[in-house]
Amino acid sequence: MLNKISRGVILLAFAMLATGCATQSNYDYSAFRQSQPRSILVLPPLNQSPDVRAPYSMMATVTAPLAESGYYVFPVALVDQTFRENGMTNPGEIHDASPAKLAEVFGADAVLYITISEYGAKYFLIDSQVIVSASARLVDLRNGQLLWEGKASASNAEGRDNSGGGVAGILISALIRQVANNLGDQGYPVARMTSHRLLTARPGGLLPGPRSPEYQKVVGN
Amino acid sequence: MKTKLMMALAASMLMSACATGNRGLYQWGSYEHQIYAMYAEGGKTSPQEQIGKLESDLEKARAANRPLPPGFQAHLGFLYYQTGKLDQALAAFETEKLLFPESRPYMDRLITQTKR
Repeated sequence: MLNKISRGVILLAFAMLATGCATQSNYDYSAFRQSQPRSILVLPPLNQSPDVRAPYSMMATVTAPLAESGYYVFPVALVDQTFRENGMTNPGEIHDASPAKLAEVFGADAVLYITISEYGAKYFLIDSQVIVSASARLVDLRNGQLLWEGKASASNAEGRDNSGGGVAGILISALIRQVANNLGDQGYPVARMTSHRLLTARPGGLLPGPRSPEYQKVVGN
Repeated sequence: MKTKLMMALAASMLMSACATGNRGLYQWGSYEHQIYAMYAEGGKTSPQEQIGKLESDLEKARAANRPLPPGFQAHLGFLYYQTGKLDQALAAFETEKLLFPESRPYMDRLITQTKR
């Protein structure tokens, strides 16, 4: 009996390992591996959402996942200031700047273009949730080649506990959330989740950078 | 016996597989929040207050002997620059360059600008 249970646990553990953390990716990393960028310049994000706070939330939260993945990340607020001093205040215009010009000014190995597609509260039948979705493209500044692209999304409804309280309980907590989601910038903590999902090195995501203990250890293509 | 060993192995693999690097490479302090504060909460906290928060982060990281993240020193230098503390701004840009040689071209540009 015990044996059967333990065998079950072992099988489950391996199954979880195979599916949960060690997801195999078939992303083509050949350009990325060849480029071996050490430093990443994050440009002010393009904002397709109606919330003007979206770019600031993203800018504040992208440095940590990239730096913890082993890259040097240029000081985002200072970079924004440098563009402003050169008369570039519009992210669209900044995203159109030539890689050669960016390389000359900042001396970065790679540039990260971020687009925010969703930011803020979405209303459903009885409930609301705050969603932040973004996509990113990493481009080599020395030759303009695309190294990686991906997207991620997060919501403050994740991990919500709907047990207890019955229908009335669900309605009351939905109402409380509806009010809370309209107060302050609820997108900021959600943007942090989105940034980490989007930019932490993992299979299918960015490769670990030179300052990471995982640098060049990742197997696969 | 064999099963027990396998159980232990499986359990430890489960625990370690996902939780890599929980301590992280850097001590972040309030750097992220200061970036957010500079823009989104414009005017709510003065550059002087932001400097105070970052200087206290710096002390704590020093006491714990933990490295500060990339950009931290440069961001602090920017705040010094904004408040007219040019010598401190220059020192912070130099420190960023020393800690992260990848920042050299950009820091050199900022140093030249500050000296002007």
